[in-house]
Amino acid sequence: MGEIILRMHGIQKYFPGVHALDNAQLEVRAGEVMALIGENGAGKSTLMKILTGVYTKDAGEIELFGKPVEIHSPRDAQAKGVSIVHQELNLMQDLTVAENIFIGREPSKGLLLDQKEQNRMADELLKSLHLNIDAKTQVKRLTVAKQQMVEIAKSLSYNNTKVLIMDEPSAALTESEIEDLFTFIRRLKETGVGIVYISHRMDELKQITDRITVMRDGQYVDTVNTAETTIDEVVQMMVGRVIYEEPKTHSNVAPDAPVVLEAEHLVSDDVKDVSFQLHKGEILGFAGLMGAGRTETARLLCGADPRTGGTIKINGKAARIRNPHDAVAAGIGYLSEDRKRYGLCLGLSVADNTVLASLERFSAGPLVNDGKIEAASKEYIEKIRTKTPSHKTLVRSLSGGNQQKVVLAKWLLRDCDVLIFDEPTRGIDVGAKSEIYKLMNQLAAEGKAIIMISSELPELLRMSDRIVVMCEGRKTGELMIDEATQENIMMYATKREVG
Amino acid sequence: MQNHKKLDMQKLLAPLALVILYIVFSIFGTNFLSLDMVKNILESSYYIGFMAFGVTFIIITGGIDLSLGTVMMCAALLGGYTFKQGWPLILSVLLTILVGVVFGFINGNLIAKLRLPPFIATLGTQMMAGGLGSLITKVQSQTWPTATAEVGGWFKKVFIRAELFGVKGFPVGVFWLVGFFIIAALILHKTRFGRYAFAIGSNEEATRLSGIKVGNWKVAVYTLSGFFIGMSGLFYAAAYTTITPGTGAGQEMNGITGVIIGGTSMSGGSGSMVGTLIGVFIMSVLKNGLSSCGLQAPWQTFLTGAVVIGAVLLDIARTNAANRVKKS
Repeated sequence: MGEIILRMHGIQKYFPGVHALDNAQLEVRAGEVMALIGENGAGKSTLMKILTGVYTKDAGEIELFGKPVEIHSPRDAQAKGVSIVHQELNLMQDLTVAENIFIGREPSKGLLLDQKEQNRMADELLKSLHLNIDAKTQVKRLTVAKQQMVEIAKSLSYNNTKVLIMDEPSAALTESEIEDLFTFIRRLKETGVGIVYISHRMDELKQITDRITVMRDGQYVDTVNTAETTIDEVVQMMVGRVIYEEPKTHSNVAPDAPVVLEAEHLVSDDVKDVSFQLHKGEILGFAGLMGAGRTETARLLCGADPRTGGTIKINGKAARIRNPHDAVAAGIGYLSEDRKRYGLCLGLSVADNTVLASLERFSAGPLVNDGKIEAASKEYIEKIRTKTPSHKTLVRSLSGGNQQKVVLAKWLLRDCDVLIFDEPTRGIDVGAKSEIYKLMNQLAAEGKAIIMISSELPELLRMSDRIVVMCEGRKTGELMIDEATQENIMMYATKREVG
Repeated sequence: MQNHKKLDMQKLLAPLALVILYIVFSIFGTNFLSLDMVKNILESSYYIGFMAFGVTFIIITGGIDLSLGTVMMCAALLGGYTFKQGWPLILSVLLTILVGVVFGFINGNLIAKLRLPPFIATLGTQMMAGGLGSLITKVQSQTWPTATAEVGGWFKKVFIRAELFGVKGFPVGVFWLVGFFIIAALILHKTRFGRYAFAIGSNEEATRLSGIKVGNWKVAVYTLSGFFIGMSGLFYAAAYTTITPGTGAGQEMNGITGVIIGGTSMSGGSGSMVGTLIGVFIMSVLKNGLSSCGLQAPWQTFLTGAVVIGAVLLDIARTNAANRVKKS
């Protein structure tokens, strides 16, 4: 056990109208990985923002190496040895690895940059971290995992980093990339750096963390040794209630359920001859590694990208889907993995977003009927239990899970029979996750046909009636739920074509 | 709660600025507090107003139109030219509006269908409209009928001043301005057209994926804006009578600045027509106030530039404030 290098206790933080942190605490030892977990809004990021000097605390103490400190700004935090790697990568894609690492403090000879020295320093740093990356490579040529490691290397290049905060470092990574990341983290521990690891993925905690600190509603709940606890216990601490979700053992779809959507030989740049059927009341899982072409297939179904071949049939009839307008008219609703980019108008209200796809129905003559819009959006807020102060609240101020529900409300209001959920629980906390699962099951039971794309195998196995597996743009397998296992899905998912 | 108050304060900022400007010019200006000055302020607010109403829609979709000024002049020039060629005045009036509509339609297609960035597309049409106006008029000034003209004497009476309610020279243009303000506000805030404009400005891709034909709506937005630019050409002609080819570039800034001061965000997705109306009056008071203080055109241009920068800084501050609210 290393010495305690960071101790935060009694931290209080008030925002206008919100008591964001109430007596929050955190302790990190040298050379350990401390998980910091909690639902969205539990106060993790606020606590980390106080630690990195983005916010100032209203009360409480921060001790680094046993000495009380005040952290005034992100720069100040860095100078005191606290660095953070953000969930969204902040690298400049067109610059090289070395340029990214030393941006703002480039070595120079007089007025000119000393590129050689910069590359040498970067190579040295990367080598010391056992990273097999060339400092002269453009960042955009690296995989997301490698970019992540460059980002970590960058934060470690501030020579005295002792506390490293990693905010959901695995969110955008595939299974094998996560393995690389973990190997890297383990090496990092040996150098005596204390790591705060924020994640929503429970399975990861067991693998990589030494201790776990749980927060709920801005308060400290408990800190436990990872080896002495179970995921269920941790989840219970997080949500303060027991989550009960039955894994699926057999398909819930009636054998004679009609085919709602049939894709035949879909082809585009990234999709190679994909065919499948989707039945009424079915949840069809799409498994595969990153870049397997699952999202690209979904985007063909919803007309977002042009397809170069193949037909899409809705209820047995060929549907002309050339653009999103056609797809929506055919009853296909797409819930993107990137809600903020593809799903929501963040600057508009819950009500505006809810009716966006069906505004025709709320218009009489040239004018829109705001009374009817209000009634409809309130109805859906209630129906799928969206937590929002009012229908007029701007969507950007809602949590991830509730934003997801607003997108769902949009498609339900539009009467879509086919719903495509692309990574529906990414970046959503455990409580909201199980609620999304419940909703999806409910919708399927009501006769909606659902496609669910997910990179989390346990989630797919829990939700799907049938699973299509893709690899490199091709459909490589199709499994009924009673025959699907993590192993055979992975086998199909890595079934690359030779040559 | 503090943040909410701050936001509300910002809504009050534009009306407050208008009042303060008015008071300042009343103190320092010559004859600023006269009825004539009110008429002058109103008369120069007409063309800025119509321009601003139109471009409000465009800016809310996240676009921009730099061709406003020269298209307005081109429209007024072509109208005046055809009138001189013997067209009935009413046809010249309609042509003026049509020129605006056509340029708006072209801008819309360049941007929505051919995917040119709005800045570049409208910079191109700005120059084209300027050139076209000079070409057709052979660089001759065009004169619209005055109130005492034998033919078309009704022109000024209908659009600018007439004897009304026993008042000589009553600024009837204000009815047009208010009337079209109400129409523009209704379109923006109460129709699907308006809702889609906000949605496109907030997140164009999400709007497209919601099944909305974004391209067509954008063409419609630019075309509607073109109609208002045509109107602004008409009122420029009615207020100033003589139109000189080669002018107009730079006028767009009056309209755009008015919109930004009025609280419409340059980044799209938020704004209001009331704000634009207030912004227009600020621009118009500024223009007339400065000349009543004895500061001539170069000063006006210089200070308008400063106001443009100030307005955009304000917009940035507003956007940041909105983002902070989101995080807390």
